Amino acid sequence: MEIARHWRLKAQRYGLVGEVCPHCEVKIFPPRDVCPECGGEAKTSFAFSGKGAVYSYSTIYEAPSGFEEMAPYTVALVKLDEGPVVTAQLTDLGEQPIEIGMPVEMVTRKMRNDGDERGVIVYGYKFRPAVIPQTA
Amino acid sequence: MTEVIIAGIGQTALNEHWNKSLRQLGSEAIHNAIADAGGLQPQALFVGNMFAPNLSSQAHLGVLLADFAGLRGIEAVTVEAAGASGGAALRQGYLAVQSGMVDVALVVGVEKMTDLIGPQNEAALATTSDSDFEAVQGLTCAGQAALLMRRYMYEYQVPSDGFAGFALTAHAHGAGNPRAFFQKAINAQTYAAAGMVSDPLNLFDMAPDVDGAAALVLTRRSLLPRQFSHPLVAIAGSALATDMLALHDRHDLLHFESVQVSTAKALRQAEISLEQVGFFEYHDSFSIFAALSLEAAGFAARGRGWQMAAENALLLGGRLPCATMGGLKAGGNPGGAAGVVQAVEAAAQLRGSAGPNQLNGIRYGMIQSLGGPASTAATHILKKLD
Repeated sequence: MEIARHWRLKAQRYGLVGEVCPHCEVKIFPPRDVCPECGGEAKTSFAFSGKGAVYSYSTIYEAPSGFEEMAPYTVALVKLDEGPVVTAQLTDLGEQPIEIGMPVEMVTRKMRNDGDERGVIVYGYKFRPAVIPQTA
Repeated sequence: MTEVIIAGIGQTALNEHWNKSLRQLGSEAIHNAIADAGGLQPQALFVGNMFAPNLSSQAHLGVLLADFAGLRGIEAVTVEAAGASGGAALRQGYLAVQSGMVDVALVVGVEKMTDLIGPQNEAALATTSDSDFEAVQGLTCAGQAALLMRRYMYEYQVPSDGFAGFALTAHAHGAGNPRAFFQKAINAQTYAAAGMVSDPLNLFDMAPDVDGAAALVLTRRSLLPRQFSHPLVAIAGSALATDMLALHDRHDLLHFESVQVSTAKALRQAEISLEQVGFFEYHDSFSIFAALSLEAAGFAARGRGWQMAAENALLLGGRLPCATMGGLKAGGNPGGAAGVVQAVEAAAQLRGSAGPNQLNGIRYGMIQSLGGPASTAATHILKKLD
C-alpha cells in the first residue's frame, strides 16, 4: 500500500476539505487549484458541511482487492449541498431502501485494508442516511 | 491532404488464450497485417495497451513486440488511454504517416486480460478511474457504468429491460463472426434472466474480458506495393478528445462530451455529415455507453439512444448498423486492443470482405474507442476509395 499517497489526502479524507474559487465563489471538491468554471487560480481552502443527497447509486458485488470483505457494498454519487458531486460508499443503511434524492451526511469509516502487507487501514469519508436535521 | 491508407489488417481470435502470451498474440496479428499489406515493412510501431504492466508485469511493449515480431530496431512505443488505447494508437500511427515523417506505420492493439482474475483484475481495471477519489471508494468500472445507467433510467423513465436491444443486436451480429468470443444469438428472455453485476447493470449489459490482438499497416497511397489487390480504404477523419476523468466532476453526467467533440471533428475532417455514416462501431463495453454514445454523436436525441436498440435500428439491415461484427459485447472486450479490432472490422466491411455480416453499398464507417466512461474518446472515419 502506498502510505504516503493516502497520508497526503488526509484533509480530504477526514475533513472533506476542498476549495472555493476567490473569483466566482464556486466550491470545488476534490481540490484542483484551478477553478473548473472560470479557469482562475483557486487555492483557498473550504471545508464542506458533509451534507448532501444521493444523485445515483449502485451495489458492488465483485469487489477489487482490498474491498472483498466489505462486499456487497453500495457506492453513490452524492451531490453536496454546496454544489460538487463526490463518489462515496453509503453506510449505516440498515433496512432503509436507497432512493435518488435521499438526504445523506458524511461520516468517517474504514475504507479498505492492504491485505496482509502491513496491516495498514485507510480511513475516510462515507455517507449515511441523514440523522441530523437538514437546515434550509 | 495526404491520404492515409489502411494497407494491411490482421487479428487474432478474441478469446481466453490461456496458452498464448502478449508477445505471441501481438506477433500473430503483426504477421497477418504485414502479409495482408503485401509485405510492406513498417518503420514505426505504435502499441495500444492498457494493462500489461498491471496484469502481466510487463511494461515496455513497444520494444517487446518489435523484438519478437522480427522488427528489431524500429521506432516503437506504447500508447495508453485506458479502453481507448487502441483508438489512440491508431491516431498516433495516422499522425505519423499523415505528417510525412513515417512512410509505413504499424499499429497494434494487444491485451492479456485473463492472466489475473477476480479481485486483482477488478483492481487493475479500476486504475483507469480517478484512483484517489473513485477507486479508493471501491468503485469498479462496472460500478461507474451502473451509476450512469441508474441515473439515465431515472431521468428518462427507461423500463428495466430497456437496454436489452444492445445485447440482442451484438449477439445477433457475433453469430456471423468466426473470431467473436460469443457466436450465438440471444433472446429477450436470456437478457431478462441474466444475473445482476452492479444493479441495474446485469451480465448482458457488459462485455466479457478477452485476450486478443489486432494490427494495421498504414501508409500513403503512393507507397502501396504494385500488386496491391485490396479495395482501398482510407482514414478520412481522425480525432481524440477528453472529458473530466471522474464521473463526479462532470458538469452533465449523461452527456459524453468527448464523444460529441471527437465525432464532430472527425466528420468535419472527412467532409461528411452524420447521415453519410453507413455504420457505427461504438464502444459497447457497457450498454449504457452505447446509448450515451449514440446520443452524444448525434444519432439519437437525449434520452432516446436506448430506443434505437429496442427498435432494431442497429441491426445489419437497420437504419444505422452498429457493432456489425458483434461489437465488444459479443466479440469480446480486449481492453487496449478493442479500438484496433474495430478498425480491422470496419476496414473489412469497406473492402467487402466481412463475410455473412457484409453490409452493402456503404462508403463510410465510423469507429469510436472509449477510455473509461468516455473520459477519452478516439473517433475515426474510414472511407472506401473509388
